Amino acid sequence: MVEVANMAKGVTIVAPPKELERVPLVANQRSLGWVSDAVAGIAEGRAPRWWWIAFSVAFVVMLTGFALIGYLMTTGVGIWGVGHPVMWGWAIVNFVWWIGIGHAGTLISAILFLLRQRWRTAVNRAAEAMTIFAVMCAGIFPLIHIGRIWLGWWLFPIPNANSIWPQFHSPLMWDVFAVSTYFTVSLLFWYMGLIPDLAVLRDRARTRIRQFLYGLFALGWTGSNRHWSNYEKAYLILAGLSTPLVLSVHSIVSLDFSVSQLPGWHTTIFPPYFVVGAIFSGFGMVLTLLIPIRKICHLEDIITERHIDLMCKITLAMGSIVGYAYATEVFIAWYSGNPYERFAFWNRAFGPYWWAYWIMIACNVIAPQTFWFKKVRRNLVLVWILSIVVNIGMWFERFVIVVTSLNREFLPANWGFYRPTWVDIGTYAGTFGLFFTFFLLFLRYLPVVAIAEVKGVTPQADPHHPLGGAREEGPHT
Amino acid sequence: MPQPYGLIAEFTTPAATLHAAEKIRDAGFRRWDVFTPYPVHGMDKAMGLKNSPVGWFAFLGGVAGYATGMLMIWFMNRFDYPIPVGGKPMFSPFSAFPPSYELTILFGAFGALFGMLFLNRLPRLHHPLLKHASFARATHDRFFIVIETDDPKYREADTRRLLESLASERIELVEE
Repeated sequence: MVEVANMAKGVTIVAPPKELERVPLVANQRSLGWVSDAVAGIAEGRAPRWWWIAFSVAFVVMLTGFALIGYLMTTGVGIWGVGHPVMWGWAIVNFVWWIGIGHAGTLISAILFLLRQRWRTAVNRAAEAMTIFAVMCAGIFPLIHIGRIWLGWWLFPIPNANSIWPQFHSPLMWDVFAVSTYFTVSLLFWYMGLIPDLAVLRDRARTRIRQFLYGLFALGWTGSNRHWSNYEKAYLILAGLSTPLVLSVHSIVSLDFSVSQLPGWHTTIFPPYFVVGAIFSGFGMVLTLLIPIRKICHLEDIITERHIDLMCKITLAMGSIVGYAYATEVFIAWYSGNPYERFAFWNRAFGPYWWAYWIMIACNVIAPQTFWFKKVRRNLVLVWILSIVVNIGMWFERFVIVVTSLNREFLPANWGFYRPTWVDIGTYAGTFGLFFTFFLLFLRYLPVVAIAEVKGVTPQADPHHPLGGAREEGPHT
Repeated sequence: MPQPYGLIAEFTTPAATLHAAEKIRDAGFRRWDVFTPYPVHGMDKAMGLKNSPVGWFAFLGGVAGYATGMLMIWFMNRFDYPIPVGGKPMFSPFSAFPPSYELTILFGAFGALFGMLFLNRLPRLHHPLLKHASFARATHDRFFIVIETDDPKYREADTRRLLESLASERIELVEE
């Protein structure tokens, strides 16, 4: 720590020894005002050319996806590759994949908040946005795979003409509640975090329309400490509620599988295994998104290399647990002595979909082990490529779980080979269009980084720190 | 003629603001507030604020959510239209637990957010301070203390002198 301005007043602050100094979360000793300017500036002025190009592509892909959903609604699920014996194809693979991606956002916003990981403030806003858009993409698939989409509302406990209620013994029904709660609570949490930052944009707005819209959604936030007091408590409670929520969502998704009697699905390891896999894939996606964003939006001082490094370490930890879960599954299949269970796992690794299994192992277990090396973690291009490898691997994990368990079940008469059609592929691509359309709009119109929170972790924000104006005798009387 | 709303004092560091807040608290003011671009650690204590009651709203929301889930499932699958599935009980608290758990969290989260907004009397789309020119920096990099004219201890000259003694950079009168 340098000896700061108070020198002029004749007070010397004794700096802590070099080795005890903390690496600052915001690099280059940026001021509070700089944080506002750097983050809010992204959402101000004219949209840059790259944004328009990216947005146009995403928008067209999204519309193509909607067109394919229209084709599905008018024609039926026969245009997909699903059919006996693989009745759950890409739709469920994609559903589980997208919803898993959301989990990293909630882990960052809620669990790391409870664990007082102050570095999370630089990445939580974008990660939470990713969660919300990923859950939107996820939610589409179960809805459209039911076949008669116009009866989708039967999933909800709404009185209908048959006067039959939903059947709550089924995990599929639990899933409806888990996913819709997850979406709603993620949105509330995200919006609440946005309120002070919308006020920042409101106070900087130059045009009437921006003043009106940001002012409307900022709800009249003034930064009053009486408000902050309630706000911080509510934030803590939402973090406390989101933590058990995020752990329950993918657990319940896994129960969709494990409550069934099918070898390969009927296993008690599924809930923790799914949750860890979800966080793993989510961190992959956070890195995929944030590495380019910090560069394009010039946020290198806020999302520093240390942030990327820490996220790589979490990815490594999660990838290792995922590998351990794979090993446990295989061990239990052998140890159970159940021939069907043993066959299901033999079929996974050496059956007709052997390549999917080994892609999964290579991408999820082997590739992230390179994050042990600091050289890898500090090489942003390599980290970015590895983050995409993780995303691919986790998609294949869900493919392996869904398809290889179904394609060869108890009787060889029930064996078959599943292939996706171009509509399957196009619909999946369409959800990327949806995701990036929303993400680019978020990037353009909302603060990408939690401005107030990042200000709060700078040294000059601390009233007990010399940069915050503290004198040697302290600010208290 | 516009009524005065209060005296606004500007500060540049959180330490000076915290120090000033302690003095104003000790002087016995009631209708006053500190405005900061981020929540300043220790400011609640410096202002003499009590623990926020938001938790009660979240708790009541959570209880309501759990009860709603359990009662809804009991009513639907046991009372109104029993659905026998695989010889399982029509209503079991175990199979009803996951949706009720989710509703606990859902209603609890609504309780926390709306409880916070209710306690803060938000949304409030008009506020005298938001019209004040220099106040826009409260969301940027400045710290403000406002003592309202409604405060029983407010005397314009004395209060201004108090704020001046607290190392404020600038003191102005805000109009309603």
